[in-house]
Amino acid sequence: MQPSDLQTITHKEQTQRQKHRARLLCCGSTACLSSGAAETRDTLARTVKLHQLGHEVQVMTTGCLGLCSRGPLVKLQEPGQPEVTYAGVTADVARRIVEEQLIPDLGPSPEAADAGPHDLPHLRASVHKARAARSLHGHVLPAEHPFFARQLKVVLALNGQIDPERLEDYIAHGGYGALARALTTMTPDGVVEAITLSGLRGRGGAGFPTGVKWKSVRGAPGNRKYVIANGDEGDPGAYMDRTMMEDLPHQVLEGMALAAYAVGAQSGYVYVRGEYPLAVKRLEKSIRAAYRQGLLGRQIFGTDFSFDVDIRIGAGAFVCGEETALMASVEGRRGMPRMRPPYPAQSGLWGRPTLINNVETFANIAPILNRGPEWYAGIGTEKSKGTKIFALAGKLTNTGLIEVPMGLTLREIVFDIGGGIPNGRRFKAVQTGGPSGGCIPAEHLDVPVDYDSLRALGAIMGSGGMIIMDEDSSMPDVARFFMEFCADESCGKCVPCRVGTTQMHRLLQKIVAGQGGPADLAKLERLGDLVRRSSLCALGQSAPNPVLSTLKYFRHEYDALVASGAAAKEPA
Amino acid sequence: MSTDVTLTLDGRAVTVPAGTTLLQAARQAGLEVPTICYHAHCTANGLCRMCVVEVEGARLLQPACIVAAGEGMKVQTRSPRVERSRRTLVELLNSAVDLSEAPEVQAQLTEYGADRERFPEAERRAPPVIDDNPMFVRDYAKCILCWRCVQVCADDAQYTFALSFDGRGYETQIGTFFDKPMPETTCVFCGQCVGVCPTNALKPKREWLLQQGQTPDEIMALTRSERRRRRR
Ligand SMILES: Cc1cc2nc3c(=O)[nH]c(=O)nc-3n(C[C@H](O)[C@H](O)[C@H](O)COP(=O)(O)O)c2cc1C
Ligand code: SF4
Ligand code: FES
Repeated sequence: MQPSDLQTITHKEQTQRQKHRARLLCCGSTACLSSGAAETRDTLARTVKLHQLGHEVQVMTTGCLGLCSRGPLVKLQEPGQPEVTYAGVTADVARRIVEEQLIPDLGPSPEAADAGPHDLPHLRASVHKARAARSLHGHVLPAEHPFFARQLKVVLALNGQIDPERLEDYIAHGGYGALARALTTMTPDGVVEAITLSGLRGRGGAGFPTGVKWKSVRGAPGNRKYVIANGDEGDPGAYMDRTMMEDLPHQVLEGMALAAYAVGAQSGYVYVRGEYPLAVKRLEKSIRAAYRQGLLGRQIFGTDFSFDVDIRIGAGAFVCGEETALMASVEGRRGMPRMRPPYPAQSGLWGRPTLINNVETFANIAPILNRGPEWYAGIGTEKSKGTKIFALAGKLTNTGLIEVPMGLTLREIVFDIGGGIPNGRRFKAVQTGGPSGGCIPAEHLDVPVDYDSLRALGAIMGSGGMIIMDEDSSMPDVARFFMEFCADESCGKCVPCRVGTTQMHRLLQKIVAGQGGPADLAKLERLGDLVRRSSLCALGQSAPNPVLSTLKYFRHEYDALVASGAAAKEPA
Repeated sequence: MSTDVTLTLDGRAVTVPAGTTLLQAARQAGLEVPTICYHAHCTANGLCRMCVVEVEGARLLQPACIVAAGEGMKVQTRSPRVERSRRTLVELLNSAVDLSEAPEVQAQLTEYGADRERFPEAERRAPPVIDDNPMFVRDYAKCILCWRCVQVCADDAQYTFALSFDGRGYETQIGTFFDKPMPETTCVFCGQCVGVCPTNALKPKREWLLQQGQTPDEIMALTRSERRRRRR
């Protein structure tokens, strides 16, 4: 393929699209599929066909529309009209959307319909009645719905616009344009420079500046280098990366190819968590399609740049998301972290310089190059640029997937976008960063969400999971849950993590059960400090965070528990 | 291309060739840094964390057996934080593993004044002894996971690769592929693993049988009948 072929494909796609007067986009992401989106889509297609609208109404699958708790979601696009998003679209609702919104001319009146049950006039007559009787009102999510209005879609801009499984659709929306331009008009150093200027930081958790990482891989000696996209996503409740891989697989691949060009790599791997079969399927399909079009493989866009991509599937160990463990796993060994340095940039996969970034980080690359690093750097806060995708979960009215500019406050996320706490309960805390993160109490709701502010509070941005807790949650029990998770997921390599997290979990169990005393609490803190400072990898080093942050903000809950524990031990 | 670096260990300036670990540098300077998993002939992996030291400017304690000396590094090998951490580490090990036949670790428990009852909630792992071959037994209730056996079996010495890992977290244990009995693995019974085991988790069969109360004659009789059985 040559760069000009992108225009040809775009043109063809647009001509094709203009043939339709309306499009129905049905979410085909895992969350909506689990609430019945496959049937919704079938019903939409069947109903369109039944009413012989196939040539004017297009039914297609698209990526996650965000408000997953209200799925299946369907979007209706008609030229010159505002988009309408429907929630809770069961098969019945799907049929009504077509019948009540898309049949232009109702045809003969009901009385004239006696030609038989299956011909068109008869059907239209029954629709007539239906439309008079019912309304879809309850299912319409207005565009000004705060869940949508407060978001800023940069990385997810194409989600809900394109069919994840069609390369041509991605190309028609500007896809692979950044790669074409970079390969033909930019030097690798120029690409690194642009990413550095954009201020992008890694979305995998630690927020390491992406440009700095690329530069060190680029500068590492060696002519064989690798690029790895980390799609292991192990945090409970998080599914940003799954969405990226399922819904915008080509955007991830394009980002990887751009990275490979920038750092001088020839091959790449996408490491996908084994529990994500749909992501694997769509990535496989996309990689095949990209090879077929010459967007991967040898001499891309007729240049000297060649890049191969393959998929590696993890087996569900949380620790395999840690970069050194991940590389061991790709090499076919047991996924256990090792000491750094050497960092992957110096000695990674099979001892070669390796660039490892999160899939969301890679998905940011094409948008940055398309719209310019200065534009990107204009979004967000001073030290955290761009947007971040979060998965909202827990005691919240609107749970789902959102993309917001860095620097929005927690209050805006929880109360404006999230719609606040349901059932009239009071907000208590938001947990960010999963098992490595912390709990932030109500008094800090006005903090801007960026890497440094969250860290200052003893939490971390993490990969983007946000769990909202109401007044009914017991914070020591939340800490116990995460500690159990870490103890289970510890790789067993180093003593502080293998034995320390297990002991911390035991102590927490005892305290939560009301059988601990003040001495246990002191022991817990001491142990937390040891595990944090002497564990080998970041799993152990951050495992105490949920405990230490809840001890910081909700100490009274622990005190109450150990007081009752001490009382229970008092001889009667 | 051997350059030297100068660092400060407990206030003392020490000059060593670049690439020297903090542990080697400390020993060279006559400072004692305790180790458990480290073995001079095995790749250091930094598992037990007994050798941790405090490096000025580092957020985390650094394992001296791996970390290389750097120019101008300021290292404390006995700061209160280091001593406290080591003490808790041996206490943790003691809470999880039967250390009764690990003389080196016992000495460290004593030296650090460890409280052997610090973690009364702990449950020691108690997997059964594996007696699946005529040469040695494997008693993983005594294993501290120093990895020495796995490493001498692999590319630190023998290149046999009969040993690997099972389970994870607290339940991590050394094992064989698919839990096969030793004779069905690639094991050549070189005995190197038994030689490097610091806790007697790996033990020659004869020693074990003697501990079980068998007399040398009974043991000889066993081997004779074993040989006869083989011949048939
Ligand atoms: C226990 C543990 C689990 C991790 N899991 C993930 C993960 O699932 N996905 C991810 O991208 N990074 C994960 N990381 C972070 C990676 O080690 C690495 O920093 C990241 O992939 C780098 O990408 P970035 O620079 O784009 O953030 C994990 C780290 C640790 C310590
Ligand atoms: S901190 Fe935990 S996960 Fe990391 S190496 Fe040590 S035992 Fe393994
Ligand atoms: S001796 Fe250094 S970690 Fe065990």
